[in-house]
Amino acid sequence: MSRRLFPWLIGLSLVFFVVAPILIVRAPLEQEMGLIQKIFYFHFSAWMAMYLGICVLGISSALFLFRRKPAVDRLAVSAAEAAILFGLMGLITGPIWAVKSWGVWWNWDARTTIALILELILVAYLLLRSYGGPGSDRLAAGLGMFAMANLPFLYISTNIWRTIHPPTSVVPTLPVDFGIPLWWSFAGFIVLCLALLTARVRLEEQRATLDRLYLALEDE
Amino acid sequence: MHLGDITGVSREETRRWRRVALVLILIAGLGGPAGQTVDAAQPAEQSVPDGFVPMDDVPAEEQLPAAPLLAAAYIVVWVLAIGYLWTIWRRLGSVEKELAEALRRVGETDGA
Repeated sequence: MSRRLFPWLIGLSLVFFVVAPILIVRAPLEQEMGLIQKIFYFHFSAWMAMYLGICVLGISSALFLFRRKPAVDRLAVSAAEAAILFGLMGLITGPIWAVKSWGVWWNWDARTTIALILELILVAYLLLRSYGGPGSDRLAAGLGMFAMANLPFLYISTNIWRTIHPPTSVVPTLPVDFGIPLWWSFAGFIVLCLALLTARVRLEEQRATLDRLYLALEDE
Repeated sequence: MHLGDITGVSREETRRWRRVALVLILIAGLGGPAGQTVDAAQPAEQSVPDGFVPMDDVPAEEQLPAAPLLAAAYIVVWVLAIGYLWTIWRRLGSVEKELAEALRRVGETDGA
């Protein structure tokens, strides 16, 4: 299924990503931040794609722990990699925005710190999968669920802790002129995340097939 | 045994450095009260600030340009996405090559 879906998803994401800069250029300048605010359209969307990746990771990890189906484990490891990628995009574009708006590259406030910790948890997940040895898939599944449990804290951090990061109320109250490029970019990142997930799952499926073949060869 | 025998510094040189250190200590000791006298002579309104003073309005020439930062942010996103897709494609190619080889070996074993 992933083989058939991938061309459609990557083609669709390409359409979104080609049109997005046009919409972003046409969007009005923000009164206080000016031009640099336009990073927001990709920055926010990258974090939302990371949220999606972590949700897929958490749910598939839980399913793997309770049902022990290898297919969901393959989905979990693919989602973890995608989440790291989009988290990295957020962690790089954020400081670029911050250096202009706040005057510093990094601010150890609740939102940025939790985001960094979450990224490190995902890296730990992949390290565990790569070097943990036998049984590490179940340990990693626990870590994947723990990563998902951190998501609500990341989301509400700007509302409950004192921080200079824009609060969550910014997005629902956006004027239409700002909203169109934002939701267009958001859709592009979600479709790109799904495209990367399908490609990565395909890689895991092929690896599993190869392992089965090697085992069959050893038996003979 | 003299320390200079080990370090290669002569006795004469050691004495000279001792004298320099003594003069420096004397200057430092006399400089404290002398400095206080100078400070007392300063008018109160011309006092030197303790540290850096923040400026509210940053002049235009001191501000970071937004356009290159914005372009850098978008380039980073594109490079990361394309780079990651390329790594998947490369890994998939490698696994599929290995898979084809394994399938060939299975076919040979079945044939034999």
